[in-house]
Amino acid sequence: MTRRTRLLVFAVGGLGLLVVLVIAMAGIPGFGGGLHPYRDRAVAAGLAQRTPNVVASVNFDLRGLDTFGEELILLASVLGAATLLRTTRTERRREPPAPRSLPSTVLAGYLMLPVTLVLGLDVVVHGHLTPGGGFQGGVVLATGLHLLYVAGSYPALRRLRPLDWYEYGEAAGSGLFALTGLAGVVAGTGLLSNLLPHGSFGSLLSTGTVPLLNVAVGIGVGAGVVVLLAAFLEAEVATR
Amino acid sequence: MTILVCAVLVLVAVTGTVVVTTRDPKAQAVTLSVYGLVLALLFFALQAPDVALSQIAVGSALVPLMVLLAVRTVGKGVGKGRDAK
Repeated sequence: MTRRTRLLVFAVGGLGLLVVLVIAMAGIPGFGGGLHPYRDRAVAAGLAQRTPNVVASVNFDLRGLDTFGEELILLASVLGAATLLRTTRTERRREPPAPRSLPSTVLAGYLMLPVTLVLGLDVVVHGHLTPGGGFQGGVVLATGLHLLYVAGSYPALRRLRPLDWYEYGEAAGSGLFALTGLAGVVAGTGLLSNLLPHGSFGSLLSTGTVPLLNVAVGIGVGAGVVVLLAAFLEAEVATR
Repeated sequence: MTILVCAVLVLVAVTGTVVVTTRDPKAQAVTLSVYGLVLALLFFALQAPDVALSQIAVGSALVPLMVLLAVRTVGKGVGKGRDAK
């Protein structure tokens, strides 16, 4: 295909996209308007399940299957990245060089490490009550763990990060999500239905399966991101 | 409220342009991180704290870290290729 033909194909496609986008945008409601049909239904449904954070109710209760799909997408992308970044025959493993962090960086890193881990756990377990949830908390936990690399050294990170267990953790998180979903099928209420007691509004153990699924996603995402970053770090720090 | 949203939107446009015009990929990882924070600010102003939290965690910590590590690894490979020649 010559450059001219490619440009022609692009012009036709781009023009078509532009026309369709303009037609679609002319039909959407105005910015910040008062008409929100989905909000009205979702808030009512979330409050009926006694979930203060309606976003969590949408993600883990009303549309749990979508979230399970996203969890599996992350699992697949971590698998793909780990496969691509594996140590190949032309590369050799080496001892990671000693870090040269500034003393202020080391201090900040060690001060922030426990704070970040507690914050991550807090975001996971309160996902059904306040903004946050398994995904956000899991990423905070996983990236927070790497402060140990920034402040300390790569061997220190390796000791705190037995990678096998994080691989099991990622599988266990996705598995727990799937089992919770299948429990609804066994109980006869439907896949990923909220079959546990809803509890009292605003308490930690309430809203049925939502906190359970949040913890499952937290384990899966946290472990998955650690495995993902480990693949990148091994390729950069420990090979030559 | 509208003024706040407009101001943050302008900030998003400015930082986005800075990311695009930064040529060095290593520096770009840093500007991308700042852009991620500003985007989180926009989500927060639009009353979407859940999305803002995801944006802070992924957009301003995880992605820049992965970009930096990838750039360094690729840079090592380029050096090796030149040595072989």
